[in-house]
Amino acid sequence: MDIAVIRSYLPLFQEAGWLTLRLGLMGIALAIVVGLICAAVHYWRIPVLNKIVTVYIEISRNTPLLIQLFFIYYGLPKLGIRTNPAACGVAGLAFLGGSYMSEAFRSGLESVATIQRESAMSLGMTNGQTFRYVILPQAMSVSVPPFVANVIFLLKETSVFSAVSLMDLMFTAKDLIGLYYNTTESLFLLVLCYLVILLPVSLLGSLLERRLRYAGFGV
Amino acid sequence: MGRELLSIEHLTKRYGDLTVLEDLSLTVQEGQVIVIVGPSGCGKSTLLRCINALEPIQGGIIKLDGQEIDRDTKKLPELRQKIGMVFQSYDLFPHLTALDNITLAPIKVQKRKKAEVEAEALQLLERVGLKDRAGDYPRQLSGGQKQRVAIVRALCMHPEIMLFDEVTAALDPEMVREVLDVLLDLAKQGRTMLIVTHEMQFARAVADQVIFLDGGQIVEQAPPDQFFEHPKTQRAQKFLNTFTFETIKNHGGNDYENQA
Repeated sequence: MDIAVIRSYLPLFQEAGWLTLRLGLMGIALAIVVGLICAAVHYWRIPVLNKIVTVYIEISRNTPLLIQLFFIYYGLPKLGIRTNPAACGVAGLAFLGGSYMSEAFRSGLESVATIQRESAMSLGMTNGQTFRYVILPQAMSVSVPPFVANVIFLLKETSVFSAVSLMDLMFTAKDLIGLYYNTTESLFLLVLCYLVILLPVSLLGSLLERRLRYAGFGV
Repeated sequence: MGRELLSIEHLTKRYGDLTVLEDLSLTVQEGQVIVIVGPSGCGKSTLLRCINALEPIQGGIIKLDGQEIDRDTKKLPELRQKIGMVFQSYDLFPHLTALDNITLAPIKVQKRKKAEVEAEALQLLERVGLKDRAGDYPRQLSGGQKQRVAIVRALCMHPEIMLFDEVTAALDPEMVREVLDVLLDLAKQGRTMLIVTHEMQFARAVADQVIFLDGGQIVEQAPPDQFFEHPKTQRAQKFLNTFTFETIKNHGGNDYENQA
C-alpha cells in the first residue's frame, strides 16, 4: 500500500463521502416521513389507503434498490418526468426505506396493548391525547432498535447509487481502480470511509437503545 | 338514597350473531353500591364496558346524570371523566411512575395545577398505604399495589361513579384483601360504585344491592342478605352452590360424585 497514493486520493473520497452522507440522510429523512404516514394509515386502518400502503410495502421490500433506481432513473423520463441523478438517489432510498421504516413504527404501535388505549380513554382522554401521552411513548421504546437498524441498512444501500452515475464512494473507488489500477489503496479507503460514517451511527444507536431500556419500560 | 345517577334502559349488545346483553335495564342511585355477580361469560364485564362506551351498543339508552352516553357524541371524553373505571388486568401506563400515572389525566385532561394534583395524589396514595411507592414504576410494584394505584388514578379524576371490573381476579390470593379493603373504604365514604366480582363474601359485605346476571339478563336483583340467604330463582341458587363446598368425610366413598 502506498501512502502517497492514499494521500492523493483522500480529497476525492472525502467529497464522495459527503455526497453519500448528504443524499443518504436526505433519503432517510424522507423515508421516515413516508414510514410515519404508512404506519399511521395501517394503525388507524384507513380504508382504501390501507390497501395501497400494503401493496407499496410489498413492492418496496421485495425488489432490490438497484432495480428501483433503474425504474426511477430510466423509467420516469419515458413518462416525460425529468429528473437528475441526485434526486433519483434520494427518491429511490425513500421508496425503499419508507416501507422498512413503516414496519418499524408499526411494530411499535401494535405492541401497545389495547387495554392501554382503553384505560386512557376511560380517564377522559381524547384520541389525540391518548396517542400523544400513552401510545407513542410506549411504541417508541419498541421501535427504536429496528429504526436504528434501518438507518444503518439504508446508509449502506447508498452504495448502489453509483449505478445511476452518482459520484458516491463506490463510484469513486471503482473509477479510480479503472483509471490507475491502485486496487488496494482504493478499496482500503472505501472501507474506511464507510466505517467512518457508520460506526458513529451504530454507537449512537446502541446508546439510544440502552437509554430507552433503562427508562423503565416494560410491565 | 339520593338522586338517580346512572340509568340504563333496554340495553342490547351483540357481537355479530351472539347476543351478550338483552334488553337490560338498571338504575343506580347516588351513593349506591351495586355488585354484579354471575357465571363467566354472562355479560358482566361487557355491561361495564358499555357504560363507559368502550363497546358500541345495538339498542337502548345509557344516561349519566341525564346525559346520554353515546359513542358518537363529542362530549364522550367529558362524560368519561365522570366515570372512573378500573380493569381486571392492572392497566397502569408502564412508562410512567405511579405518581405520574395518577396525575397524567387530571393535568392534561382537566387542566388542573400540577402541584394541587400531586398533593391530592399523594394524599390518596397514603390512604391506600402506598405513599412511599409514588416514584416507583409499575414493574416495580406487586399486582395488588398496581391495582391500588389504578384505583387512585381513577379516583383522582373525581368521578361521580366508579366501575370495577373483576379487579381482584388476576391477583394472588394474599393480595386480594388489600384491594378489597380499599373498595370497602370507598363504599364507607358513600361513593357510587358498580362492582363486578367473584368474591362472594366481599359482595355480601359491600353491596346495597346484588344483581345476578345470567345469559345477558338480570335474573335477580335483591339486597345482599336476601340474595345470598334466599335466592329466588333456580339459576341463582345453582350459581351460589358452586361457591360452597361440603366437607368430604368419607374419602373412601363416592360422595364426591354425589356432590358434583
